[in-house]
Amino acid sequence: MSTPTTVTAIDEFKARAAHEGLLDVAYTTTDSPFGRLLLAQTKRGLVRVGLPNQDPDALLADLAARVSPRVLEAPAELDEVRRELDLYFAGKLDRFDLPLDWRLSSGFRQRVLRAIDRIPYGQTRTYTEMARKAGNERAVRAAGSACGSNPIPLVVPCHRVLRTGGALGGYGGGLPMKQSLLELEGVLDEKSSS
Amino acid sequence: MTLLPPFQTVLDEHAAPVMGILRGAVGREAAEDCFQETFLAALRAYPQLEDARNLRGWLLTIAHRKAIDHHRARGRQPVPVAEVPEVAVETGPEPDERLWAAVGALPPKQRAAVSLRYGSDLPHAEIAAALGCSPEAARRSLHEGLKRLRKELA
Repeated sequence: MSTPTTVTAIDEFKARAAHEGLLDVAYTTTDSPFGRLLLAQTKRGLVRVGLPNQDPDALLADLAARVSPRVLEAPAELDEVRRELDLYFAGKLDRFDLPLDWRLSSGFRQRVLRAIDRIPYGQTRTYTEMARKAGNERAVRAAGSACGSNPIPLVVPCHRVLRTGGALGGYGGGLPMKQSLLELEGVLDEKSSS
Repeated sequence: MTLLPPFQTVLDEHAAPVMGILRGAVGREAAEDCFQETFLAALRAYPQLEDARNLRGWLLTIAHRKAIDHHRARGRQPVPVAEVPEVAVETGPEPDERLWAAVGALPPKQRAAVSLRYGSDLPHAEIAAALGCSPEAARRSLHEGLKRLRKELA
């Protein structure tokens, strides 16, 4: 529908918006071995990673409501995030170096997620350990639900949290994805766990 | 308060019509600049917008103001028309450069009314909303504009 002139004008408008500090939420989509990811970032840092099984339109509407309606597609703003994710999926990056915006979680959930953020590449922890780190060892179920609601999966590695005893537990992107990520990081041998 | 959609969807839906009326109002070249000014102003004000039901009318109002600013900045020079085009005003889907140049030479209110009616297919009520005047006044501006165009292009 848009003519080439309109496309140029739109690009120029977005560049000026970014320059004026009006890009409250910049987003893009990127391909991954698991399908298309949605990446969204504020001036503070990465705020949302949408997994392939999540509806991008719903996630964007949620960002508009909870962060700011100034939500614009601006792929260049997310070049570094894309670059690090590509390296991670290629097995060439074991630590993300990205500023994060934690505002979509709060309280106990955020404390759990911040604890998860410190689990090193290729290691796993249990939901119980995460509950303890967040200050309430008995809140194992709440720790599990914090993982499930992780707004920044992959980068905040909730896939490294397992049930006590080693069962996979759950994953927002589906258990096969969790399994594959743990294989990629060398935690699980292929088909060693079900 | 209605929930505001992500601004990207506003852009996706309304970029083409806004560009359309700006081309009619200020000409192809200046339209790009007015387009950017329009959407920057809209993006600045967007979080405070109370009602998301008439985003098109809201954007067209801003576009109209930017077009007026543009003409004021240029001292309201009329767009020169090399040759009077031999076409009807209610022309088909292909916008005629010379026709729109003649539209561009109309006084601001008439120009906006004609652009909104035939560039964007807006009904009188929405034109009135975009111009900030009564529907009767909008109808009158449109009528005067068309009369003048008919005379110019006859």
